Order: sequence, then structure tokens, then C-alpha cells
Amino acid sequence: MSYRGSDRILLSVRGEDQASRFGTWVLVGVPMAAILFQVYVPLFFQFLGFLEIPLLVVVYFAFTRRSQIRGMLMGAIVGLAQDSLSKAPLGMFGIVKTLVGYFAASVGVRLDVDNAILRFFLAYFFFVFHQFFYWVVARALLGQQVPFEVQRTFIVGSLNAIVGIALFHFLDKLRETP
Amino acid sequence: MESFLNRYRNITVLLLLIFAQLILLAVQIRNDQDVRMIRVWTVTAVTPAARIAEWMRGGSIGFLHDYILLRDTHDENQRLRAEIGRLKLENNFLKSELNTAERGQALAVFQGRTPSKTMAANVIGSGAGSNSKVVFVDRGSVAGVQRGMAVVTPDGIIGTVIESYPTASEVLLITDPDFGAGVVSQKTQVRGTLKGQGTPLCKVDYIPFEEKVEVGDWFYSSGDDRIFPRGFPVGQVKAVRNTQPFKEVLVEPSGLHRGLEDVLILLEGVHQSLPNEQAASQPIYIAPPPPAQGPAGPSPEHSSTGTEADRLRQQYKDIGDAQGHRFGEGLPGSKPPDFNLNRKTPVSPSPAANPAPAAGAQGSPRPAGAGITPPQPGQPTASRPAAPTPPLSPAPGPRPAGNRAPGSRSQAPGSQAPAPRPPARE
Repeated sequence: MSYRGSDRILLSVRGEDQASRFGTWVLVGVPMAAILFQVYVPLFFQFLGFLEIPLLVVVYFAFTRRSQIRGMLMGAIVGLAQDSLSKAPLGMFGIVKTLVGYFAASVGVRLDVDNAILRFFLAYFFFVFHQFFYWVVARALLGQQVPFEVQRTFIVGSLNAIVGIALFHFLDKLRETP
Repeated sequence: MESFLNRYRNITVLLLLIFAQLILLAVQIRNDQDVRMIRVWTVTAVTPAARIAEWMRGGSIGFLHDYILLRDTHDENQRLRAEIGRLKLENNFLKSELNTAERGQALAVFQGRTPSKTMAANVIGSGAGSNSKVVFVDRGSVAGVQRGMAVVTPDGIIGTVIESYPTASEVLLITDPDFGAGVVSQKTQVRGTLKGQGTPLCKVDYIPFEEKVEVGDWFYSSGDDRIFPRGFPVGQVKAVRNTQPFKEVLVEPSGLHRGLEDVLILLEGVHQSLPNEQAASQPIYIAPPPPAQGPAGPSPEHSSTGTEADRLRQQYKDIGDAQGHRFGEGLPGSKPPDFNLNRKTPVSPSPAANPAPAAGAQGSPRPAGAGITPPQPGQPTASRPAAPTPPLSPAPGPRPAGNRAPGSRSQAPGSQAPAPRPPARE
């Protein structure tokens, strides 16, 4: 496990910002598996309910593919699929994950997201962003008076970031080599 | 445009995606009033713009109409003034029509309730003489009008027919100096002769100086003139002067109050009694009966005092009380009491007034009036034991031959039968 350029996080050399390529089955199968995980695993292992694997997958693909449009599309598709399997109206997770995909891709264009520490913080940041923005949308559009648990969000965000590092490392194995 | 989209392609796609999902959300979500959010958002977004647009449109049009396009204002004002004038005329015409309809309705009601046989007529003209008070009505001899017939309205007498032509008749009004009619005062039953003076007020002549007539008293036709049946209102006293040897009494004719347009010609007059409610309600003092003579006690027939007319009057009163009828309160045409009622039972039996029959008299019918208790000494009362009388027969009176209409009721002298009242009594 070697991370290129672990001592710097900004992309300065031309060619370093080349997007990673994934096979179609990866682009389809991994988000689907993440959604299935989100749906089924908490049924049997409730302590894993805090994991937001679809969010981590969206963040990863937005990082690595370095395309904001692709990141947005990935976020929108995964979010809508997640909405379809939840009781929330269609679009709640879609809007939030679209924004996450957009901003994650924007970050991936400018930063060396192969850095493990950076990945941790970005995963943590986007998890908090995701939760917070979902709370905003729920209050603004649905009129739901749901509380925003800051402390729990930070803790769960840290756990998701830790899991995200492992997940990102696993997904790195699925990249296609040029 | 294309370069713009290429430059901001990412943010454009982001906004499109967000917008599309917002639309998707809005289609699904309903607010508290169960209205889809997409409707709420659409209306909220469109309504202010529409309001502003309407405000601008209305303001512009109003400004144009109120301050710029005034070229038709003068013509429109003139047209509106003409319209107002026409509407005023129409309003006056409709008021007149309504007044005529009310008078016609009053005539119809009066015709229905008066026992006299009448015929409605319209006044179609007035006399040519300056001092003569005559009018022409549209009913003549063809319709059965004859000279000497009385002309009345629901409010009172109007005059008499002095000439009957085939299609019209000439009516001498009561205000004409040549007019005369027998009248009687409602309150004091003073008789006199009504004469016209050529003025709105008429004069009642031949009332002795010592008779009591006051301002406000009502005079009714007495029936003595054989023209006007008894009981029709004539007018109200407006002035009384105590001159010798007769009083000078001025009466305002009540029949002319509402003008002269529709009148009734009496084809067959029926006498009626005068409304005399006060006399009917006044208690009558009856002296206590004389002490009992003999073991059988006083006989009701012998306990009554007064004249035969008093006994007859009491008989009528008892008959009316037995049938719940109060004389003087019913309207003309209302059902009168049954004067043929043979009262076998006492009116107000009481243990004291209903002594046990003597031995051997059980089962025998009690004579009429036997159960009525004579008044106690010193107790004024209006009840008086009634003497048994035969069933009432139509009372004689000053009545023209053949004047009784079929089905008209009997009138007894002194009875308090309903009679027409003047419309306004002060």
C-alpha cells in the first residue's frame, strides 16, 4: 500500500490529474452493492446502521474520476436509488448526493485525493456536509422538525471516514491500469 | 451562448440536476393543506408577478380613462342625466300605480266583508261648475246604477248618484252645498244632518245645544235618509261651536282622505250597527234583587230589573258569552253568534248558584236562566240574569225594501254587532 505523493496534496504536475478509469461493471456494480449493503446489512447487524456506504462510494468515484458532471450523475443516481428504497420522497438523497458528487469532484480536480489523510478528512467533511444538507432539505422542503445531532454526526462521521479509507483502498484495486 | 454553456457546463448541469430533483420532490410532497408543493411553489412564484402585471395594467388603463381619454365624458354625463330624469318619471309612475293597486285591494277587501251589495266604479271626470262638487263615474244605468244610490269607499261615504246615464253616472259629493245625509254620533248617539259647504269640511246641523259632541268624535250614517245604510263612517269632528239653538259641528269627511279614484256604488245597502266598544265594555250596575218572597225563593225571571230592552240586551250578552263572542270586536263579515241558541244550561254554574232541585223535580229540565245567580247586594256587575226569550228574529229597522242581500245576517237594535271602523281614529 503506497500512496503517491503522500507528502503533498496539491496536484502540480501535469498528467497527475488524469482521471482513473473503471470498468462498467465496477461503475454499476459497486454503487449497487453499496445500496444493497445499506439496505440489507443493518437488518442483520444493526450496529452497522451508522455506515453511509453509498455516500462513500459517490465520494470515491467523484474523487477519482475527476469530473464534476460524472460526479453529479453518480451522486444523483445513487441518491435517487437510495430514495427509492427509503420512505423519503424521491429527490431528498438525490439532491444531497448530487451536491456531494459535484463538490467532491471539484475537490478531486484540485487535490491529490490519493493521500490517505486527505481522504480521511474529505470523507469526514462530506459525511457531515451530507447529513447537514439533508437536514436542511428536510426542514426547508418537507417542513420536518428533525433535530440535527451535531455530536453524534461528528462521531459517526469519523467512523465513516475510517471505514471510507479502507473502502477507498479496496476500490483502488478496481481501477483499470492504463 | 454555446461558449457560455461550455464555460459553465458543470454548474449548469448541477443546477439542472438539482432543479429536476426539486421538481421531483415538489410533485410528491404535499403541504399541510394537502396541496402538492409543486402547486404551492408555482402559485407562489407566479402570483406576485401576475399581481404586479395586473396592477400595472389596471393602473395604466385607469390612468388613461381617468385623465386622458375624457372626450366622451360630457356626452355620458348628459346621457346619465337624461337617464336619471327618465327613471324619476318612471319611479313616480310606478308609485302611482302601486297606490292605485293598494286602493283597489282595499276596495276588494271592503267589498268582500260588507254585507251590502256594491259595485266598483272609477271616477272618470269632475263637474264643470266651480262650486259644484260632483264627479262622474264609469258605471251607469246599463250596469244597474240608479239615481239616489249611495257612493262610498272603505273609508267612508262619498256622495249620492244624482244622475244615471247609460255608461256613466253623476255623483254629488258630500262636500257639495246641496248634499245632505242623516248622521249619528258614535259616542253619544246624537243624530244630525250632514250638509256640504263647498269646502273640505262638512257641517252637521240640527244638533241641539245641550247634546254633547266633542272634537274627535266620529259620525256614522244613521240610515234615516234612506240613502246611506246605517253604520258607514262619515267623518271625524274637527270643530264644535256652541251656538243657539243648535251646535255648529264641522266634520272632516273620511271618505275623501285618499282622493277620489275608485269608489263603490251601493246597489243594495244593508244597515249595520255602529262600532261602540266603549259602551259595550262599561260595567252596568244592577240593583240587588228584592228580598225573597215565599219558600221557593226568588225566581230568576222576577229578579231582573229594568225594561224589556234591558232584558233583551242581557239575553244577547249571555248568548254571546256562552259562545265566546264579544260584541263590537269582530270585523264586518265575521261569523256572528247564533242568536237562535236556546240556552238550557246556566252560563256559569256554581254550587251556590245551583241549588238542589226540589223533591219531585228531579230530571225535569231546568228553565233557562234558572242557574244564574243574581248579584249580591252592593256588588256592581255586568252580568244580569237573562229572561227566557224566543229565538231571535230579524229586528225591524230603517231598511229599504229589498235591501237585504242574500245571506246577510240579522241585525238587532242595540246589539253590538261588528261594524266597519274608520281606518284612522285619533
